[in-house]
Amino acid sequence: MTPGGWIVMIIAASGMTALLVWCVWKVLSTPQSTRHLHSPADIDPEDD
Amino acid sequence: MSQPKESWNSRIGVILAVMGSAVGLGNFLRFPGQAAQNGGGLFMIPYLVAFVIVGIPLAWSEWALGRYGGSMGYNSAPGIFQGVFRNRNGAYVGMLGTVMPLLIYTYYVIIEALCLYYAWNYLNGVLPALGGDIGEVGGFFGASLGAGDHGALFTSEQAPMLGFIFFCFFLNFVLIYRGISQGIEKFCIYAMPLLVLCAFIVLGRVLTLPPNPAHPEQNILAGLGYMWNPVQEEGKTLLSSLAEPEIWLAATGQIFFSLSLGFGLILTYASYLKKDDDVCLSSLTSAAGNGFCEVVLGGMIAIPAAFIFLGPALLSENISTFGLGFTALPNVFNQMPAGSFFGFLFFFLLFLAAVTSSLSMLQPSIALLEEGLGLTRKPAVAILGFITFTGTFFITFFSKDVLALDTIDFWMANFFIFIFATVQTIVFGWVIGPEQGYTALSAGAEISVPRWIMTVMIRYISPLYLLVVFAFWCKSALPERWDSIVNPPKGEPPVVLLSIGFIVMVLVFFSFVIAGANQRWDSDEPRSAEDPS
Repeated sequence: MTPGGWIVMIIAASGMTALLVWCVWKVLSTPQSTRHLHSPADIDPEDD
Repeated sequence: MSQPKESWNSRIGVILAVMGSAVGLGNFLRFPGQAAQNGGGLFMIPYLVAFVIVGIPLAWSEWALGRYGGSMGYNSAPGIFQGVFRNRNGAYVGMLGTVMPLLIYTYYVIIEALCLYYAWNYLNGVLPALGGDIGEVGGFFGASLGAGDHGALFTSEQAPMLGFIFFCFFLNFVLIYRGISQGIEKFCIYAMPLLVLCAFIVLGRVLTLPPNPAHPEQNILAGLGYMWNPVQEEGKTLLSSLAEPEIWLAATGQIFFSLSLGFGLILTYASYLKKDDDVCLSSLTSAAGNGFCEVVLGGMIAIPAAFIFLGPALLSENISTFGLGFTALPNVFNQMPAGSFFGFLFFFLLFLAAVTSSLSMLQPSIALLEEGLGLTRKPAVAILGFITFTGTFFITFFSKDVLALDTIDFWMANFFIFIFATVQTIVFGWVIGPEQGYTALSAGAEISVPRWIMTVMIRYISPLYLLVVFAFWCKSALPERWDSIVNPPKGEPPVVLLSIGFIVMVLVFFSFVIAGANQRWDSDEPRSAEDPS
């Protein structure tokens, strides 16, 4: 593993991880974002 | 027609469903193979550039276009395009958005079954018994797909594999029949965390592997280096290697396929959102989750493990998606301590990734049959079941050299996907237009999207980039394909022509469905997108 390989791997892996962590944090911390989009009563089971 | 009756049950559910649709074999097998073949770490530069300038803008435009269509009461690509164009011919433009995923499903379910078949064979000891002979493992792989002869899967020796194909086919239809929230969403909420957990366990095993006793230089650091070290082409510098168009083509293609862009899947999924539901943060989260599975998990499992046990020479011969996944890696698991358990876990995670992807391929057609012909879910699922069963049977029977599978894969997942992705971008950037498009994108947004993403990236850069990549791809890939059509092997059934004939038949069938749908939509009251502001 060369220094260049270490640098690329760390930047790529940490960049993707940071983006995912930020997105998940944003989704979970936005007050309305974890609410149910629609209640189960909205769903019409057509074949039942 | 009434507003869509089905919808997502939770925000996390829709994100995991789209992420599940995107995370598949491409993340764990195709990505590492592409990176290792295209300069290792050097590949990550065009990869990350393509992620930013093609991946995220295209994902945003597909989500926004889908929700825009959903606000008009449409859930299928033909319906959405008909609504956007306000013209019945628009529905035909969107036809590929239902036909492509459906046809991809017909062979993807076989690959899905293969993953489960491998997992099963690790549990019952068949695969571990093959040991470290890569020829034996390769033979097992070929026999599992019936690559030796047409109809080979219908012999008693391969009956178990055929059984797994039936099981996977049936499983998908059971889940899809249960609907968006009770079937797809519920499955993805459990399957995605389980998939990531399995991947972390396998990753932990790979990163703690001891060096190969016979070749101590084949250790984990050297394996990571094979994957991540920037490598220039012979006689070139790193910079001039980076200037080669091939590396940019490979990276863009990987981003494109990996994020499930251009299939019409996201259009349908996003159409079940409401007009004030966020699309910007949700799509970015799905893309980031897919990128994490690809770079962090996919980039550190397959290649380093294969390097330790196979060495660079044998690895480079088996670096294609199938070669790496179904020949090289089983060979690796057969040689490592507790390999049966980790082999089972790896192929089970591939199976989960495949199911979450294949589920998404059926919903666009179901949506068209329901909203276009006014069918309830039961007959819509039955019609779709008949068409896909015919296709899967055809591919399973004409299995010699995997030719039928390869032909349908080439035209659907390589050729038409570029066309439909470009059409989608042009429709969003030009037909809907920058002002209305930006309003549609930013309505309910929980993160701020700069206006230039719409006015510059989605309108100009993304379609231009796609067209250039498509032109280069056509130049390199089409001549060989054309040759396989006009010069079929003598004394063999014309499998390539039959496969193309099957594609045409499905296109004709859906043309009739759309004609019927157009009549139905014409008789409805005219509708326009709800003001998303």
